[in-house]
Amino acid sequence: MNNQQQQHQKTMDRVQQGLDRRYRQERHFRWLGMGAIILGLVFVSFLFITIISNGYTAFQQTYVKLDVFYDPEMIAPVGETNPQVLSKADYGGLIKASMRDMFPEVTNRREKKVLYGLISSGASYEIRDAVMNNPELIGTKGEVWVVADDDFDMLIKGHIDLRLPESDRRIKDNQLAWIHDLQEQDRVEKRFNTTFFTAGDSREPELSGIKGAAYGSFFTLLICLVLAFPIGVAAAVYLEEFAPKNRWTDIIEVNINNLAAVPSIVFGLLGLAVFINFFGLPRSVPLVGGLVLALMTLPTIIIASRAALKSVPPSIREAALGVGASPMQTITHHVLPLALPGMLTGTIIGMAQALGETAPLLMIGMVAFIVDVPGSVMDPSAVLPVQIYLWADSPERAFVERTSAAIMILLAFLISMNLLAVWLRKKFERRW
Amino acid sequence: MNETSAATPGLAEETEAAAGTVQSTDDTVGEIYVDDPRMTCRNVDVYYGEKQAIFDVSLDIGKNQVISMIGPSGCGKSTFLRCLNRMNDTIDGCRVTGQIKMDEQDIYDGGLDVVPLRASVGMVFQKPNPFPKSIYDNIAYGPKIHGLSDNKEHLDSIVETSLQRAGLWEEAKDRLDQPGTGLSGGQQQRLCIARAIAVSPEVILMDEPCSALDPIATAKIEELIDELRERFTIAIVTHSMQQAARVSQRTAYFHLGKLIEVGETDQIFTSPRHKLTEDYITGRFG
Amino acid sequence: MHTSTLIILLLGLMSLAYYFGRKRSLSLVGGKVRDLHSLPSYYGMQTAMWCGIPALILLALWLSFEESVVTGMVVESLPQEIQELPPERLDLVLNDVRNLSQGDIVSSTVDQTMQQAADHYTSLMGISHMALFVVALSVAILAGLWAQRTITREQRARNRVEKAINFFLLSSSTLAIFTTVGIVLSVLFESVRFFQQIPVTEFLFGLEWSPQTAIRPDQVGSSGVFGSVPLFAGTMLITLIAMIVAVPIGLMSAIYMAEYASKHFRTLAKPVLEVLAGIPTVVYGFFAALTVAPFFRDLGTDIGLTVSSESALAAGVVMGIMIIPFVSSLSDDVINAVPQAMRDGSYGLGATRSETIRNVIIPAALPGIVGGVLLAVSRAIGETMIVVMAAGLSANLTANPLEAVTTVTVQIVTLLVGDQEFDSAKTLAAFALALVLFVITLALNMIALHIVRKYREQYE
Repeated sequence: MNNQQQQHQKTMDRVQQGLDRRYRQERHFRWLGMGAIILGLVFVSFLFITIISNGYTAFQQTYVKLDVFYDPEMIAPVGETNPQVLSKADYGGLIKASMRDMFPEVTNRREKKVLYGLISSGASYEIRDAVMNNPELIGTKGEVWVVADDDFDMLIKGHIDLRLPESDRRIKDNQLAWIHDLQEQDRVEKRFNTTFFTAGDSREPELSGIKGAAYGSFFTLLICLVLAFPIGVAAAVYLEEFAPKNRWTDIIEVNINNLAAVPSIVFGLLGLAVFINFFGLPRSVPLVGGLVLALMTLPTIIIASRAALKSVPPSIREAALGVGASPMQTITHHVLPLALPGMLTGTIIGMAQALGETAPLLMIGMVAFIVDVPGSVMDPSAVLPVQIYLWADSPERAFVERTSAAIMILLAFLISMNLLAVWLRKKFERRW
Repeated sequence: MNETSAATPGLAEETEAAAGTVQSTDDTVGEIYVDDPRMTCRNVDVYYGEKQAIFDVSLDIGKNQVISMIGPSGCGKSTFLRCLNRMNDTIDGCRVTGQIKMDEQDIYDGGLDVVPLRASVGMVFQKPNPFPKSIYDNIAYGPKIHGLSDNKEHLDSIVETSLQRAGLWEEAKDRLDQPGTGLSGGQQQRLCIARAIAVSPEVILMDEPCSALDPIATAKIEELIDELRERFTIAIVTHSMQQAARVSQRTAYFHLGKLIEVGETDQIFTSPRHKLTEDYITGRFG
Repeated sequence: MHTSTLIILLLGLMSLAYYFGRKRSLSLVGGKVRDLHSLPSYYGMQTAMWCGIPALILLALWLSFEESVVTGMVVESLPQEIQELPPERLDLVLNDVRNLSQGDIVSSTVDQTMQQAADHYTSLMGISHMALFVVALSVAILAGLWAQRTITREQRARNRVEKAINFFLLSSSTLAIFTTVGIVLSVLFESVRFFQQIPVTEFLFGLEWSPQTAIRPDQVGSSGVFGSVPLFAGTMLITLIAMIVAVPIGLMSAIYMAEYASKHFRTLAKPVLEVLAGIPTVVYGFFAALTVAPFFRDLGTDIGLTVSSESALAAGVVMGIMIIPFVSSLSDDVINAVPQAMRDGSYGLGATRSETIRNVIIPAALPGIVGGVLLAVSRAIGETMIVVMAAGLSANLTANPLEAVTTVTVQIVTLLVGDQEFDSAKTLAAFALALVLFVITLALNMIALHIVRKYREQYE
């Protein structure tokens, strides 16, 4: 055995000795990595489980069946049935009368008030609309399903802990007894909650819906898209295809990268100072929201569009220029069509960001309490994430489920937008 | 025991078959066996996914010898080299069948550990790839992870010996704490060689070690390879026939994933027996 | 509604102009396109641009000045005593006039003069709209006609159109600069006014924050103290907690994804982790306030600790969760940028994967990872909704993560949301805070982007 081989043998012995320890380390390290990923996945699932378990009940709403006597005395005492008179009648009184008939034993004034509270204040509008649509109802008796109050609703959905002492509960013992009676008579039913999709915001959870916020989000995004997409693409085309390589373009580039990382709330302050205080645009309108979000998403779109342009091989440009096309024609006819899928992907991702953005919109007053569904970009409105924020701040238990449900809707939009982006990328992805 | 001149005597007799060049055959021309092999490869096939890259290659690698592998690009010579210390394991979808033995141990045997294997079969790559660490730490990396040094002094001596053997000691001894990436290309490659020999391997695989270097640096590396032969078995892949002729004792010619011809370097370059080998070394393609 | 109708009309006119411009260019040469300098479509585009652009510019200018001109005229028609009201009161009156003319609810009782003013306002607005309609449309038609008449066969229509497009491209690219300048100016301007009332040193080094200023001078207490140190301390505390959560988890998952995970696993798990990045911050805020904060509070009670229900811990942990995918995707990028040759070098020596990762890949990727973490820090500092919903409002100067702290962004939101008098120190303080926030995040971003860029160049 020569020296070299001895040396090698010694080495191998040492290597063998350390192997166990090293493989143990290797396993631990691997577990650590796996653990990190599992932790991340657990967070995602926990978040989704929390939101969904809190929110799915909001898609149902408790209704109560009342026997209403459309008392002509109360609706149209003079016998006139023109809409003016009908719209001003005391329909709440009809409901109260109906409740009194059902629970004749309740005589105490305070108790009566609590009893009436079981029915949502919105129920009288339902009856009003029914009567105005069909004035023939006046003088008849009929069964009507009306929306229950939010506490009633929460009890039916099992969100109220009955083990608590009465004083800590939103639903008191006497209410429990009445509700029990109503249930005995099959007068309580859970139905699909259409209000949630057809109404604007409300102080009463059972009357509130996301339609106003959804429309607000739509108008805001519309403005954002109309501004950010063409400008973003134009800027990317200029920087990637035309700009000379000099200090100025360097500054623009650094600037864009930095803007992409500026806190969103700062954009809100910009909007407040420039669009509202300087240009005097109204507060709370989707137009201003869209402007602010457009400025915010511009960097995202520019960066993505530039990447898309970069991925188009230079040979295509050379080919077009070689047959005598002007640089502008080269780009509009050849480069842009090839880069468009990438640009669209970036834009969709930017729009998804904009859809979920809250902080800058708070700054420009989109947190106002707005009941009406906006009809244009100049109507005050909320947007979905701000609606979530507002509801999350409300103390009523029923708003928790509505917040979660609104989040589910928002996430559904966001996830479908992201899936669309992924699909676009997959479909048009090209390797050169 | 002096092994430098142990160039396989048996091979000389094989030249009798060289009377006329063989036109084409699926079998390898020349003697694939050596008397004192360090590694033996039998019927090695390599697949990348569905695509087969190496077809039925059998070859011995002799102890304390330099064997060079030549052939046109894409012929599979690098792939074959990477089989010898299972570097192909790091490539997704790469599959190796057949038998590669080192000291009677099949290195593709399920029970064999790849860590000691790579400690005994070192590798030097096409482009110098020093770690982004100091020169000292580059060399000390292998001994450290394998736990080869008892103490700081021992480690220092390993570093010094390795650098000396790689002919870099004089140039590097005053800048051991400077980053390895600060060296010139040729120095970086010698650093990588020093890094490989610091774990005292038996075999060193070199994958076109000079392709990224200028002629002077190349000459230094070639000189170094010749010196290293005393202590190590070396397999080198090269695209330069001159280099193969200068540094190796045996030469293997690969073509489209097949081992076409193997033999003593002198014989391959003076009287190739296979038509493809002849075409290649006379520059008709490649 | 008026404006959008007008815009649609203008677009219609532009397409007409395109058609006629193109037609004229063709008729000039009798259909022989070769004899024209440019393709007929360029003549069309040129005509359409002449038709649309001046009218649209006019429209924009008109709309931005309409309100103030009309308001000025209404003010002049108001009785003398109203005209002499102080500006704020006058604004209120004018607001009522506007609301009245739109048929909305007004704050004061409607009297004769108000009703008159409102009617006056309505009629003036109507006249202005009509005038705009007429003027814009005639400008469009005239300019379009002129452009169409002046088309000649030698006219360099393509060059002109391309020049116009080029101008549009150039100005789009400078918008980013204007945005930055706008941010700096709008924040700086108000901050300067704030610092005229409150000394800079008090703002930067003061240890107490209590922005409630007295509305009437004779009110007691609440004089307004603007020392921002507790806010920044709170921000840093929450950011630190977020980083303690996000950096190890994000980095380790990136390492696992890049070095260990099979392709199959990667294509499945990566999008799921990216979902975390796409969730709006308001959702995290709700999650923090509804689930995480009570969880920590109850946990604290169980082991005998008092944990505030608005603890920095809850906000920080949730913010950390939000940042995990951010850290992980940035680290994934830098780890993948480490050349395969480095890995080969290490594996070739017989190193195991974890040894290679710890000793070669992470040191090589370190600058990139540091850059990524800095970006994450900047993001955590600027994050708003989570802390608004889950952190406290009172400015505690504490390092205890179990107590409630407040942050810079929370204070900006609280100071600016709701009714505000625009000149009070309270409102202006929000801008001063935003200025500091902007400067800090800008510096962090600059450094981070610089490091990352240098890092990328190293391996290119």
